[in-house]
Amino acid sequence: MEVVPDYIYPDREIDRAEGQVINDLKANSQPVIPDSDAWLDAELKQNILLTSVDTMIDWAQRSSLWTAICFPACCAFEFIAANGPRFDLSRFGMEILRASPRQADLMITAGTLTWKMAPNVKRIYEQMAEPKWVIAMGACAISGGIFASGYNVVPGYNHIIPVDVYVPGCPPRPEGLIYGIQMLQKKIAKKSLFHKEKA
Amino acid sequence: MTIALSGTELGKRLAEKFPGSIVESIPDCLLVNPSLLPEVAGFLKDIPDLDFNYLNYITSVDYYEYFEVIYRLTSTKYNHSIVLKARCYDRENPVLPSVTELWQGANFQEREIYDLMGIRFEGHPNLKRLLLWDGFAGHPLRKDYL
Repeated sequence: MEVVPDYIYPDREIDRAEGQVINDLKANSQPVIPDSDAWLDAELKQNILLTSVDTMIDWAQRSSLWTAICFPACCAFEFIAANGPRFDLSRFGMEILRASPRQADLMITAGTLTWKMAPNVKRIYEQMAEPKWVIAMGACAISGGIFASGYNVVPGYNHIIPVDVYVPGCPPRPEGLIYGIQMLQKKIAKKSLFHKEKA
Repeated sequence: MTIALSGTELGKRLAEKFPGSIVESIPDCLLVNPSLLPEVAGFLKDIPDLDFNYLNYITSVDYYEYFEVIYRLTSTKYNHSIVLKARCYDRENPVLPSVTELWQGANFQEREIYDLMGIRFEGHPNLKRLLLWDGFAGHPLRKDYL
């Protein structure tokens, strides 16, 4: 091996120490460390949970409400605030907003709806996959609000799409919206897979 | 800051160039005869010492007796501006000449005025409703709309 002068590699001592560490680790790491949670396997085999299909499905559906992005007006800002770190909607498992209605199951109608926009909102609702729910957020969404007598305002989303929960306010505070979502969750909890509505 | 040109001085000059084009000229604005509006507007745009190359906005007002359409022009070269006004006394079928040929920005604003006030702009390339849907009855910004 060619002798390299020291002045080119003054850190040869460091390299040697580093190599020593690696060699030691390699020498001491020959046996495999056993999985410390192996005992769980035996324990899990003894655990069986019994519940109804409805309970499971309702639990899954109400705990992962994904919202379609359909916010025609200013109530959207309260929704954004509710989504933000201060009010933190994600505590309840529905912070995800879906740009595609096909991946969403909740529509929060935040804002005034004009008749020109109405066909598009109806289409977004129809593109959402079943099961789907609608929260009418704010006075405009419930009844048209102060714009109800206008020449181009839809007097309430329930003229266009079926609404499950109405959250009053102009705009509703984020707490109000979160309470409305919790009411919707209670509503979903009562839903049964085998009970068909009479409508 | 933009200098507001005196309407009286400009009105005098325009009245010499286009006789009968200026109905009234006060310091704040020029009231233009609608039939000569394209000539006046084209002159204001093309003459080098005025050079009104930018149309700030068009808007319209319903004064019951007549509709008034207001044009605000600015020169980005000289940084001065002038306000033109034109009146339509026909309430049933108000018509004004379009200035879309001169300033492309007038396109949507004339459509909006047509939509909400019902004033037709002759020579507009695509005069149809802008904000309301096709088939809407009436023009909602008119004072007698209910």
